[in-house]
Amino acid sequence: MIPIIENICVEKKKWITHDEMMDVTVIAESTPGPIAINCATYVGYKQKGILGAIAATLGVVLPSFIIIYLISVFLNDLLEISWIANAFKGIRIAVGILILNAGINMFVKMKKRTIPCIILICSFIAMILINIFAWNFSSIFLLLIAAVISLVIFLVQGAPSGKGGEK
Amino acid sequence: MIYLELFIGFLIVGLLSFGGAYGAIPLIRDVVLMFGWLDEEVLTNMIAVSESTPGPIMVNLATYVGSSQAGIPGGIIATFAVVLPAFMIILLIMVVLKKMLENKYVKAVLGGLKPCIIGIIISTGCYMILKNSILPIFRPSYDLWAPVITIILAVLFFGSKAVIKKKMSPIVLIAVSGVLGIIVYGV
Repeated sequence: MIPIIENICVEKKKWITHDEMMDVTVIAESTPGPIAINCATYVGYKQKGILGAIAATLGVVLPSFIIIYLISVFLNDLLEISWIANAFKGIRIAVGILILNAGINMFVKMKKRTIPCIILICSFIAMILINIFAWNFSSIFLLLIAAVISLVIFLVQGAPSGKGGEK
Repeated sequence: MIYLELFIGFLIVGLLSFGGAYGAIPLIRDVVLMFGWLDEEVLTNMIAVSESTPGPIMVNLATYVGSSQAGIPGGIIATFAVVLPAFMIILLIMVVLKKMLENKYVKAVLGGLKPCIIGIIISTGCYMILKNSILPIFRPSYDLWAPVITIILAVLFFGSKAVIKKKMSPIVLIAVSGVLGIIVYGV
């Protein structure tokens, strides 16, 4: 995704500079939501303020909206066809592998400090238990708990002693 | 009522989806199963479709779940809700809080959120693999082929990096798994 955005926004249309593109990538990593949306909002706002931001964000969402809507209309009918249903039996197995792979990639890129690693291991174990025993506990609460714990640790440690605050 | 549920559900997903495309999958799975919108099988099918079509996975999933529950208006509301937090936060950063991400408290919160979501993603992946292969072993309808396919796919996917020094792309893996499914379950 990032190379396509860079190619259009920086090289072809020259809406933003290369440095700005780097900035958006960094911002996108620390904000929720897909990087494509973050970039579109950023570039749109740079060019034409709020209206530009709305237009660009709408533009980046629209194609997937239309494609997925069309697929959603036909998917159930397609799954009635036996060989397609069989293909999806195999594909469902691949999805778990892809999600695991994405998680591992993120872990590899993560800076491995003690506290984040402990949080990671705890959330891993908690989520596995929640899933296996079908506990009624949403991962949303896990995230909120992790945020609070991290904030409390930061406040208790006081001024960043070379760990908490720096990047 | 369903519109409000879709809006709130996907607003939460949009607000907490740190960690890019895959960060949102466990959250969406959670919200979808919590509200009982789709069962796990249908949702997993759709994750595969979202992975193979252009556009961010979370936007694709929001559109699909929304429109499956409440037609086009539902699709629009869910998509709008999932995009809204990302949109507002970027605007906020650009317009008023240019230094927001450098704020030490924001950093502290992010420092906890990110490893937590990585843990959630890894465990969701592990659980989905187990659920498809080993966990149903005591059920009478146990599918002996599932663990075989799981092992073949895992070896191909993680092994491709070691052998040809290039990681198999997700779409290739999905294609291979589809073909395997057709062969194994069709013949």
